[in-house]
Amino acid sequence: MLRLEPRAAPSRAMLLLSPLIALAVTVLFGAALFAVLGKNPLAGLALFFVEPVKNLDGLAELGMKATPLILCGLGLAACYRANVWNIGAEGQFVLGAIAAGGLALHAGDGTTRWVLVPILFAGMLGGMAWAGIVAFLRDRFNANEILTSLMLVYVAQYLLDDLVYGPWKDPHGYNFPQTALFAASTILPKLIPDTRLNIGFAIAMVAVVMMSLFMRRTLQGFRLIVGGQAPEAARYAGFSARKSLWTVLLLSGGMSGLAGALEAVGPLGQLTPHVSQGYGFAAIIVAFVGRLHAVGIVFSGLLMAMFYIGGELAQSRLGLPNAMTGVFQGLLLFCLLAADTLVTHRVRLARAGVRHA
Amino acid sequence: MHEFALLLASALSAGTPLALASLGLLVNEKSGVVNLGAEGMMLMAAIAGFAVAVTTGNQWLAFGAGAVVGGLLAALVGLLVLWLGTNQYATGLALSLFGAGLSAFVGLDYVGRNLPPFGPVHIPLLSGLPFVGPALFSHHLMVYLTMLLALGIHLFLHRTRAGLVLRAVGESPQSAHALGYPVRRIRLLALMFGGALCGVAGAYLSVIYTPMWVQGMTAGRGWIALALTTFATWRPGRVLLGAYLFGGVTMLQFYFQGAGVQVPSQLLSMLPYVATIVVLALMSRNPVWIRVNMPASLGKVFRPME
Amino acid sequence: MWMAWRLELENIGKRYPGVVANDGVGLRVAPGQIHAVLGENGAGKSTLMKIIFGAVQPDCGSIRFDGVQVQVRTPHVARSLGVAMVFQHFSLFDTLSVAENVWLGLDRKPGLVEVARRIRGVAAGYGLDIAPERPVHTLSVGERQRVEIIRALLTDPKLLILDEPTSVLAPQAVHKLFGTLRKLAATGCSILYISHKLDEIRTLCHHCTVMRAGKVVAEVDPARESNASLSRLMVGADIARPKRRPAQPGVVALQLSGLSQPAADPYGVDLQDISLQLRTGEMLGIAGVSGNGQRELLAVLSGEDARAPRGSDDAGNLRVAPGSLQLFGTSLAGSSPEQRRHAGLRVVPEERLGRGAVPAMDLAANTLLTHTGAESVRHGWLRWGAVAARTQAIIARFGVRATGPQAAAQSLSGGNLQKFIVGREISGAPKVLVVAQPTWGVDVGAAAHIRAELLALRDAGCALLVISEELDELFEIADRIVVIARGRLSPALPIAEATVERIGQWMSGLWDAAVPPHGLPLRVGEEETGRSEIGRTDAALAAMPVAIAAPDFLLAGGEDHGEERAAASPRSQHAQA
Repeated sequence: MLRLEPRAAPSRAMLLLSPLIALAVTVLFGAALFAVLGKNPLAGLALFFVEPVKNLDGLAELGMKATPLILCGLGLAACYRANVWNIGAEGQFVLGAIAAGGLALHAGDGTTRWVLVPILFAGMLGGMAWAGIVAFLRDRFNANEILTSLMLVYVAQYLLDDLVYGPWKDPHGYNFPQTALFAASTILPKLIPDTRLNIGFAIAMVAVVMMSLFMRRTLQGFRLIVGGQAPEAARYAGFSARKSLWTVLLLSGGMSGLAGALEAVGPLGQLTPHVSQGYGFAAIIVAFVGRLHAVGIVFSGLLMAMFYIGGELAQSRLGLPNAMTGVFQGLLLFCLLAADTLVTHRVRLARAGVRHA
Repeated sequence: MHEFALLLASALSAGTPLALASLGLLVNEKSGVVNLGAEGMMLMAAIAGFAVAVTTGNQWLAFGAGAVVGGLLAALVGLLVLWLGTNQYATGLALSLFGAGLSAFVGLDYVGRNLPPFGPVHIPLLSGLPFVGPALFSHHLMVYLTMLLALGIHLFLHRTRAGLVLRAVGESPQSAHALGYPVRRIRLLALMFGGALCGVAGAYLSVIYTPMWVQGMTAGRGWIALALTTFATWRPGRVLLGAYLFGGVTMLQFYFQGAGVQVPSQLLSMLPYVATIVVLALMSRNPVWIRVNMPASLGKVFRPME
Repeated sequence: MWMAWRLELENIGKRYPGVVANDGVGLRVAPGQIHAVLGENGAGKSTLMKIIFGAVQPDCGSIRFDGVQVQVRTPHVARSLGVAMVFQHFSLFDTLSVAENVWLGLDRKPGLVEVARRIRGVAAGYGLDIAPERPVHTLSVGERQRVEIIRALLTDPKLLILDEPTSVLAPQAVHKLFGTLRKLAATGCSILYISHKLDEIRTLCHHCTVMRAGKVVAEVDPARESNASLSRLMVGADIARPKRRPAQPGVVALQLSGLSQPAADPYGVDLQDISLQLRTGEMLGIAGVSGNGQRELLAVLSGEDARAPRGSDDAGNLRVAPGSLQLFGTSLAGSSPEQRRHAGLRVVPEERLGRGAVPAMDLAANTLLTHTGAESVRHGWLRWGAVAARTQAIIARFGVRATGPQAAAQSLSGGNLQKFIVGREISGAPKVLVVAQPTWGVDVGAAAHIRAELLALRDAGCALLVISEELDELFEIADRIVVIARGRLSPALPIAEATVERIGQWMSGLWDAAVPPHGLPLRVGEEETGRSEIGRTDAALAAMPVAIAAPDFLLAGGEDHGEERAAASPRSQHAQA
């Protein structure tokens, strides 16, 4: 029989290997699923892991999909490091899109390109405001942030619905629930011409660097990590838990809001009830699979983007349901949590009971 | 007057799945484990129950299927949390995300399918009474079973030795372990009980309440059920009351529309979520009160020294 | 002659990753024997007892009980054999009643009402007075121990294991416990008594097994040994007591006057009218049974309890008194722990892992925890190089055995981590250092090292406040001593005037006969006047010498109101104020 035995010290190698083990198990499961559904497993897997990186168009698409995942994931990672369980990035993302979209709708054809700056800022502020509610409720009323942040996702979605079904509905849109298309001046410039990759990806990369520096090289970053790992030690050292709470939630809300804004004035170009394809929830997985580490999140963000693109390809080419993406995402997180046991434990063959002298 | 009776009736009906799930979660939280996978378990059970109901036409088999699916998923969480020592929040969250994805995937064939209505029980004599008859005595049997369940759980927790052991495990797993109680097995059973009830709640939603299958149809009820245990400070009677209150809030929008009040339907749909936030804030604002009532080891990893 | 041993252990071994807890341990206990197992922290005593009780499974070895080979797979098996255990860290449930707690420890199920009846019976028989319906969180530490003992006795044990039972008790309560144990042994019950306190073992036990580093190193008759010889067996070497020069008190460094603070925690203790004065170049010890307000006082001093200190006027009305906590004449009201450190006030907390240090972080990061000044941080940016260098200096200067600044805090032994934390605070050049339980759970060598460092710091002119539950330790290093009881602070006694009996008496809050500090009249509450009768015994006993901690066990003291904690009646006391 196998048994788990605690290691004397956590294994650093396993810390890096465990996401790969989780990915391997998920892939095996995926292959089995394709087989069960009567498709060639290799062809199916190729849609997820080869097709998206085959050419420049594919890579550009990958970067575009990964942008919101990386941004939201970075903010969430800061929250989880500080032991603040914000799971409402989806709502903060939607608010960012609403705020940015609201501003973008007012721009005309003659508006300068620089209008993008206030638009993106509006998005950040929208997300921050939404996360700020969570921080306020926790700080002032001790309300559990898991539940409040999640409830606010639904509220944000209904708010968006109300706007696009009501006051912001495009008067020439044949009564579809969507706004008018934004003016060309408000649309993000492309990073690579003739692809869909825009400067949002570059912004996300800058955020990765800044986040990495913040967490590893600044006192405030150190404070919130201590607060997350050992709240009593933080109190003893005099690191304010309230300050950490507000910092990570505003940071995370700002990042998610920015992601929402980039999505609205990037690939979408208008607001619809479906501005997010569950990016805010997928980003939870991105954060964990990326080891709550800025550079790791780039990789896990790209991986999760592959799942999205692969799911769409599987739908269009193999006629498989798009919902498969969600299955793989959830499975990946499950496998990661289980594999993480190997960081602190090793597997041993159990000895057969107690020997007698 | 008649409309108010209908509101009351629909509050009981809408509150029942919330109450079922929350009562189950209350039991596993009393043992010291929080399961954020409630939403995922409810969704999986909803599609499982719906599929069984469509196939067999038997609602009780559907409830059974929901309970089994919920219980097994909770056991999966238990395995990770209790034996592998994973973070309770992250693991539950994983189940919620996984359940949402998998239920959407396996439920594709059932979208748009219909079920024969499973009628309510009209309690003889009482259901004929004016006002209270339609309001209280003409419901599906599950509504009454849920009320009995709340009473049963209360008696179990406070009048039986097994209930005392469960509370003791939630209070201090270290002490319970030192006295020789199998902490992890007790917690696993509590988790599975919670999962099974979430499963019945999910099946009730898709088979009785709606009755149909739509992707993501629980619409956050699993999360509201989690919040309810805190509102109720882990007391079954209060869970029941809170669930009916929230059921009423959910139904308010139809009441308003019926009454001809001009409010955008989206804003009315927000009501249950906003209400959850407001009530949660009000009930949590005294940290001392929460601390005194909350199972002391809730959410913490327990690893016995062997 | 053949003798039926109650318990016989042979070649017991238990290994944890990186540690051999038990190595070839053998042990024989006779019926009716009070058998001591002596060893310092980490010698493997607790693991051995958990093996006997079935809470831990040994890797190898055999256990015979009443001559029969047994396998103790679980505590249920142990209880069915007649083994009962009183844990060092009580296995009680705070929100449940005494009767429910006892009930949970019984395998046969007599029903709650019957259990309550039996509790009263045992309580009367052994003088372990307790009300079965009280919730455990309202009990004092001593009362909690009584619950544990009653629970053990109700199983009709043939062997009772007590793991460090006196570490939480006031001297008078220890005396009373010994009476109970002797009575029990006289009925034929064997007792395994785990301790590292030499006097207790010599006073109480019939036989002593000495353990060191997981092995049995000696079997002796404690009555024929001296403290010194036992200590040598336990440690394996002679331990030099630190030489102490007389204190040279200077100016007032820390002054608390009339500080009152209701507890922030629902199960905490309200601080009432706390006054103390600490001068540079002296060490003031705060004695007291755990849970009498030490934690709350420490939080007020360190700044973790951020609420402004409040004092009370002569009429006892609470008022905002920002000046009631002063460092060198400057009020500390509302200042954060970081600001206090910059002002020269540093704190070593009681819990090492999780409070004094972040377990999973390395030592460099743990240095940064309380060294956030300009040398480690510039414009908010961390200077990891400088932090690592400082950490290396601490490791070298204080003899911390660690692989380097990159070693995780949790990888260090208790003694080494404590040396690191104390060293970290000393290297911050404090003007006032507050230390809670400086050597709790630390091996003898490290403890001696730490005490010597604290004395050296005092001689260098720092003001030290040492909160400790170990009276011996305070008698060894403190210049003056005060007692904390039920959230109130006694007047200070010079160490030369302090005796174990007197301090023990004060631990129950009975110091009214003494001269109040600063010439202020001490408010005398109803409770105290009601008990001043008992307080008189202390005058007769005060003449006894201090140096050895033994006499308190011979003391024929009466009631052990010694541990009635403030938590039992904080609300009522509050209402009086």
